[in-house]
Amino acid sequence: MKIEENASVAGLPAEPERATLEGKNKILGFWLFIAAETTLFATEFGTYLALKGSSLNGPTPYELFQMPVVAASTLVLLTSSLTSVLAIMGMHENDLQKMLRWFGITILLGAVFLGLEVYEFVEYIHEGHTITSSAFGSSFYLLLGTHGSHVLFGVLWILGLMIQGRNKGITVHTAPKFYVASLYWHFVDVVWIFIFTVVYLMGMIP
Amino acid sequence: MATLVVLIVFILFLAAILTGGYNRRYLDLLQENWLWNWITTVDHKRIGILYLIAGGFFFLMGGLEALLIRIQLMFPNSKFIVGDVYNQLMTMHGTTMIFLVALPLLFGLMNFIVPLQIGARDVAFPFLNSLGFWLYFSGGLLLNLSWLFGGAPDSGWFNYPTLALNDFSPGPGVNYYVLGLQIAGIGTLISGINFLVTIINMRAPGMTYLRMPLFTWTTFVTSALILFAFPPLTAGLFMMMFDRLFETSFFVTAGGGNVVVWQHIFWIFGHPEVYILVLPAFGVFSDVISTFSRKRLFGYNSMVFAVVLIGFLGFMVWVHHMFTVGLGPIANSIFAVSTMAIAVPTGIKVFNWLFTMWGGRIRFTTAMLYAAGFIVNFVMGGVTGVMLAVVPADHQFHDTYFVVAHFHYVIIGGTIMGILAGVYYWWPKMFGIKLDERWGRWNFWLFYFGFHLTFFPQHFLGLWGMPRRVFTYEAGYNLELGNLLSSLGAILMTAGLLFLLYNVVQTFRHGEAAGPDPWDGRTLEWAISSPPPAYNFAQTPRVRGLDPWWLEKHEGDGKLKPAEPLGPIHMPSPSHLPFVMSLGFFISGFGFVFHSWQVGVLGLIVVVVTMYVRSFQEDPGYHIQPDELKGVEH
Repeated sequence: MKIEENASVAGLPAEPERATLEGKNKILGFWLFIAAETTLFATEFGTYLALKGSSLNGPTPYELFQMPVVAASTLVLLTSSLTSVLAIMGMHENDLQKMLRWFGITILLGAVFLGLEVYEFVEYIHEGHTITSSAFGSSFYLLLGTHGSHVLFGVLWILGLMIQGRNKGITVHTAPKFYVASLYWHFVDVVWIFIFTVVYLMGMIP
Repeated sequence: MATLVVLIVFILFLAAILTGGYNRRYLDLLQENWLWNWITTVDHKRIGILYLIAGGFFFLMGGLEALLIRIQLMFPNSKFIVGDVYNQLMTMHGTTMIFLVALPLLFGLMNFIVPLQIGARDVAFPFLNSLGFWLYFSGGLLLNLSWLFGGAPDSGWFNYPTLALNDFSPGPGVNYYVLGLQIAGIGTLISGINFLVTIINMRAPGMTYLRMPLFTWTTFVTSALILFAFPPLTAGLFMMMFDRLFETSFFVTAGGGNVVVWQHIFWIFGHPEVYILVLPAFGVFSDVISTFSRKRLFGYNSMVFAVVLIGFLGFMVWVHHMFTVGLGPIANSIFAVSTMAIAVPTGIKVFNWLFTMWGGRIRFTTAMLYAAGFIVNFVMGGVTGVMLAVVPADHQFHDTYFVVAHFHYVIIGGTIMGILAGVYYWWPKMFGIKLDERWGRWNFWLFYFGFHLTFFPQHFLGLWGMPRRVFTYEAGYNLELGNLLSSLGAILMTAGLLFLLYNVVQTFRHGEAAGPDPWDGRTLEWAISSPPPAYNFAQTPRVRGLDPWWLEKHEGDGKLKPAEPLGPIHMPSPSHLPFVMSLGFFISGFGFVFHSWQVGVLGLIVVVVTMYVRSFQEDPGYHIQPDELKGVEH
């Protein structure tokens, strides 16, 4: 726990997020957290696959899904993963403005994704596909809702981190936070790729 | 009603802020209070003790529930506890013992001992450690408040739908189950991650993976199991909660749902949970047996390998809980074989324990008595386990007292005896006082004899057809004697545990100081004073082999070699935020139990605000200077 010694060195180490034991612990702990989240999502995927055939009188996946909106939100979210990489590159260059700019674009894209998702859900509800309409509806909204609330949490979290970044700058204390937030954002993106494949693309098969 | 509660809470908040909150004097008074110190502590040793206290309290609850069940079953056609209350008792007994007693008591030992065994000053995330405890405690409290407000859950500890859905459990009972376990489960997951990072990143120089004591190894594997087993439970509990509160149809067949989905999810969590409970006990016994046989553990590498293998196979056997569901012969056969395969690494461990004792200079202290007794119990529990893995036979055993006997043999005979052995073994390290060995022997023999008297007859009751979870039985079916013996055994076990309680009280009053190394120990925790100082090690030790303390005593000069010069030690500051956040979860859970969205959301707001506050906080901690360290030569 020799944080102070490292922090007082002039300038910033090459990988500020791993410069302290605290930072190393945080990153490893976060990877483990992602592993745990993976099994959480795996359980919800499994449930969705088991129940997606039970749409009762409501629309089936094939009748329901509209690819243009889904493709647009996929594009938006994948781009946001790229911009979060650019933000971390800014952090490694010790360029606070660059990092804040790209994180800002990242959460903006996240917000657009959420907007598209809300629009999509409203459309579905008009077609009689709700969380209570059938087991298909329940498992669909649980899976997508869990993912969507992860995106929302990420947007709020990164927003908080941006405020901290503006006040405190990039230090060995703040760098691990930015780094794990970008890890989180990538994870949420990867989950979406699976949702896009398993829910939407496989749903296109009549 | 709900609006009223919201208003009261807000008024309390305002009152706190306007009166005491910003008054320096009250703040200082509060911060000097001993209770406040315990609430805000982030010291792994104090959190360990908190786990033991809370686990002990719930053990009392779960034990009383068991005693009431056994009194009802003592005689045929008894009318002491009938029907619904009986269902609540047996559900709460199982849920409490699994979630609120066994694992938290183990967490208590792990928290206290593992950082000492690897030569660390603290765990990786002291703040999260505290949060994990308070979440567990608030979840457990929420679950147990069901007895007072609205009725306890009553559909068994694995809570199968359709029985657990609104149609058949209309009261708030199952809501308590779902929300209480959800909150406690988050705490458990956090603690698991914490232990993993601690063991991976915080080991002292020279403490390689294959030099870690077995208790640390089993903690490591158990935490990995927690990491992968608890999130499915979280997901499943969410679905159950949605089905009950928001009218979704995950498990409602009328809405197209499927009850077997819950069974899969629950046992994908539930079977690893069994190994989560028993592996740390294996670790305790390995350390105890090697210490009291004065030998290094026989086959250390194969012991580690066996633990890892058991952890791995533990995820591939869940369907053996569902043999009678009708998943077909292929699924059943595969899972029967994988279940039987677990007997192989377990067998490796049993033989290694025996070979460790073989030729050793054995001292039968209470801890060692528990360890030796455990081997017998676990072989018996293991054999009935293999019997249950035989699918055709399982169709006979399923849902009878044979199963009850089997899992009590492994969970009491393994986990609970492991906890008791660990308590006797590490008590001097935790409190600086030895528990009295004479009372300890009374405790052991009464408990051990009572345990076999309680559960051995249940094998036969099951084979003779007595179903589990039914509140009574008819006379004339040859079930009277077995049930009477079983109930008498439960009373003996209670008497045994009362001796432990008496022992604790007496030694706290009159016990003599134990000294740093009362058992002639082998691992690092015995090299420092008892109880250890807040910083554990004045200088991080350099580890030079397996059983490092034994090595230094017999091949070195009897002192640990330091890996760093004396210097100021950085310590994390105490924090009240984990408690506040858990309070938020508790309020939220309580609100959702009663379908009060306002209260539920209010609690969640408290949680989110606390998280934000924590994120913006920068904890500089404080330093202990070298001249403040006790017992160090300058």
